[in-house]
Amino acid sequence: MFEKSFIDDIKRRRQQWEEAQKKHSANSRPRFMTISGDDVDVLYGPENVNGEKYTEKIGFPGEFPYTRGIHHTMYRGKMWTVRQFSGMGTPEQTNERYHYLLSQGQHGLSVAFDLPTLMGYDSDHERSLGEVGKCGVAVDTLADMEKIFKGIDLAKISTSMTINAPASILLAMYIAVGEKQGVASEKLTGTLQNDILKEYIAQKEWIFPPRPSIRLITDMMSFCADHVPQWNTISISGYHIREAGATAAQELAFTLADGFQYVESALADGQDVDVFAQRLSFFFNAHQDFFEEIAKYRAARRIWAKRMRYKYGAKKERSWLLRFHTQTAGCSLTAQQPENNLMRTAFEALSGVLGGTQSLHTNSMDETLALPSEKAALLALRTQQIIMYETGVTNTIDPLAGSYYVESLTDKIEAEAEAYFEEIDRRGGVLQCIEEGYFQREIAKSAYRFQKEIEKKERIIVGVNEYVMSDQAKIPVLKIDESAARDQFASLKKVKGSRDNDKVKRTLADLTTCAKGDGNTLKAILDCVRVYATEGEIVDALRPVFGEYTEPPMF
Amino acid sequence: MTLYEQFKGGSIVALSRIISHIENKTDGYQDLLARLYRHCRGIYRIGITGPPGAGKSSIVNRLAGLLAQDGRRVAIICVDPSSPFTGGALLGDRLRMQDIPQDKGVFIRSMGSRGSSGGLADSTTNVSVALDAFGFDTLVIETVGVGQMELDIIDACDTVVVTLVPESGDAIQALKAGLMEIADVFAVNKADRPGADQMVFDLQSALEMRVERTEWETPIISTEAVNNKGIDTLMTNVTKHRNFLETSGQLTHKRGSQIKKRVEEVIERLIQRDLYDKIVTEKILEEIAQKVLKGEEDPYTAGRSLYARFIN
Amino acid sequence: MPDKIRVLLAKPGLDGHDRGIKVIAAAFRDAGFEVIYTGLRQTPEQIVTAAIQEDVDAVGVSILSGAHMTLFPAILNLLREKGGSDILFFGGGIIPDEEMAQLEKTGVAKLFGPGASTVDIIDWLKGAVAARKRDEKLL
Repeated sequence: MFEKSFIDDIKRRRQQWEEAQKKHSANSRPRFMTISGDDVDVLYGPENVNGEKYTEKIGFPGEFPYTRGIHHTMYRGKMWTVRQFSGMGTPEQTNERYHYLLSQGQHGLSVAFDLPTLMGYDSDHERSLGEVGKCGVAVDTLADMEKIFKGIDLAKISTSMTINAPASILLAMYIAVGEKQGVASEKLTGTLQNDILKEYIAQKEWIFPPRPSIRLITDMMSFCADHVPQWNTISISGYHIREAGATAAQELAFTLADGFQYVESALADGQDVDVFAQRLSFFFNAHQDFFEEIAKYRAARRIWAKRMRYKYGAKKERSWLLRFHTQTAGCSLTAQQPENNLMRTAFEALSGVLGGTQSLHTNSMDETLALPSEKAALLALRTQQIIMYETGVTNTIDPLAGSYYVESLTDKIEAEAEAYFEEIDRRGGVLQCIEEGYFQREIAKSAYRFQKEIEKKERIIVGVNEYVMSDQAKIPVLKIDESAARDQFASLKKVKGSRDNDKVKRTLADLTTCAKGDGNTLKAILDCVRVYATEGEIVDALRPVFGEYTEPPMF
Repeated sequence: MTLYEQFKGGSIVALSRIISHIENKTDGYQDLLARLYRHCRGIYRIGITGPPGAGKSSIVNRLAGLLAQDGRRVAIICVDPSSPFTGGALLGDRLRMQDIPQDKGVFIRSMGSRGSSGGLADSTTNVSVALDAFGFDTLVIETVGVGQMELDIIDACDTVVVTLVPESGDAIQALKAGLMEIADVFAVNKADRPGADQMVFDLQSALEMRVERTEWETPIISTEAVNNKGIDTLMTNVTKHRNFLETSGQLTHKRGSQIKKRVEEVIERLIQRDLYDKIVTEKILEEIAQKVLKGEEDPYTAGRSLYARFIN
Repeated sequence: MPDKIRVLLAKPGLDGHDRGIKVIAAAFRDAGFEVIYTGLRQTPEQIVTAAIQEDVDAVGVSILSGAHMTLFPAILNLLREKGGSDILFFGGGIIPDEEMAQLEKTGVAKLFGPGASTVDIIDWLKGAVAARKRDEKLL
């Protein structure tokens, strides 16, 4: 990129500068490191990015390898989607919050389900006691989904659903809601998280073991290819891996490795890479180390594009694009002095935007205490809008390209990820690593190191280990009490009482048969859902065939 | 009521507390053990050993479940390594044993090795006395499984199941580690993996090549503990071994050797307490060392006169 | 030398977020404790049965799902029922201050909120175990 004589000159001058630097004040800290624990040099210059083949490595937005962005116009053509994750209590309460957020400028919906729904239990199951509606919305049957989307035109809105193990069931419900609204499935747009591999690694919301889970996913991918072609079938996620304690490089590597696994599974299933690849999407964390995150997103695009093109032989450009959603880091928020979280979220969101995200969720400041209050949810929304309209960062594409530090970091994190890919292969692949607990151990080690750094004050968290205030004003928080559960029980009872139970029995039996054979499970689930079978009943129809997963103990 | 009285009354809490006292060697624990011993009925002890990653916990999980279903009163001891630096331990084997139905009264106890290097904690055998006295008729013991020779299991158990997996190296390695000698039954676990058949074959050949042939023909069972496959066969062979021991008189012989060892241990412990802790103190040794360095004494004479002091 | 401190750590209910509890398990091990970690999705019965069998000095649970007002009392009551009243029952998670106070009043020994340091938790536990007077005779 630069002429050799220029670089030699710079290197010489750099050495002189470092000599001169020694005469000035010494370092205030023994180590300067990113939040992932990597050392950061005092200065980056042209010598750090020398040897770049500009077009090969950095290139242009909308052109391979997409380091600078996947679209030609990026935010100048269309802003990222403001997509706030939301859901609480009963379907009615959630519907209310959705109307509020849409009225305040949110573009797309993102559904948060409660733990029983995420784990495949009905609200009246004994394991659901105390958990109904607490972390998200309770959904037992199609009736609940209808309530959630009441007054919302599915032809006009795209919806992301954060659901994994029972994802097929919730997608089937969404399709059925569309049917009731008169919207053909071909018109539906949205995303299912549906990334079961990261559940085993990080979020731990599983039901079935890995192999049958992947079958559910590949069935869904092929059903959608035929009937719901605008639907993003998997949101291959790094967010949760990061939240569990991973470093930026681990988040990047483990997420992309999961992605490669899904591609390989779909290929093994006989699907066409140029058909399914364009519907794979990603979901990353926006953590606090500003430049490290931006480098991570750029490296992600580059790695994925190269692999899809050269390793998996995808021919269409659309198959090479890494599209991603970003969420600001929940684990960076503090319970102490919660208003500080507004600033944390703002900076994190900015890094996501500068990294070229396609959609963004900003956390609310009170999420370390409860689900977001209306006021906090509004402020989170406004954070994005201020970045979008007032900061000017969207006026040009990938403004940080060419920064010596950012390009150097992008290369570095790409190399670290490649090293992890080699290690994963050496160990026998993603599924093997999950079974041995390799990812889980690496993540736990990083989490432990991070905690120790905080306790030794090698890392400062404002309000927690420095600038601590014992007397703080309280902020109002949202309360979900047991009345939500009571209401949900009543609704569920009503549905069970008014449906055709024979049809329910029959469709469930057909589903079990389908699962035993090689029919398309999503199709069979759709039949169950239409007659108001409950989520729990559907999962129970699959459990005897697929078994249940227990995690390997690992330390 | 004393703990012993509560124990006799069938209190699980008391059993549990007593096990802790045995582990901690609380004052008076040997008197307690002597009393408990009177109630022992000869609990049958199955040891599960093998290298890390072999799936020992899963095998224990399945075996115990099977035994409990058969109406046995089952107890399980799992040993995990204690850190030699901090003394702490992460005891995670219980995690693998959650299939055992809660209502069968299976008692599971996790123990840290607390400095022992033979694969078990040094109080494992003493703890089994408490379990025996309480009324359990079968004990399954899972060793630390660090991959080297774990000899403790021979003393602590009647039937030893050595668990291997296709990836755990050739059977020749097993030969080197002495596993051929201690195994009464081999379980080749994760038998759905490539290399499983080869491992069975290698083990077979290694067994046939043994110079000293024993009466008992060591069976090799293929299992997939996670999928609950082969466990019935494993259990059948464990039972076969038990019957063999009983009918051949070897069980009595074995138990006799173990008793001798136990008596030796009691005496060793007393010697430790009375000799080392009281007479061969660091202070005395330091004095002797200084004298020897000054040329006033030699270590051999010094050692002998110190010992004479103890004997008299 | 004081007896080894044995602690049971568990995640009750459906919450699967185990980053915190695993950090605490590692810290406890480094502090010389014997830690029995029974994993995710434990019922109160499983937790209490394990606690009694393992004769632990303390049981620690982590609940981030909002189900604490159901799960803490369930475990506490069962501990008492099964003879584990002198086991120190502590925990952490996303629990509003007033509810923390409420739970501590009913007998939960101590609750730690987000940002608590492992050093503080270890110090508290060591002190609480040492302060406990057990009056029992072997024979």
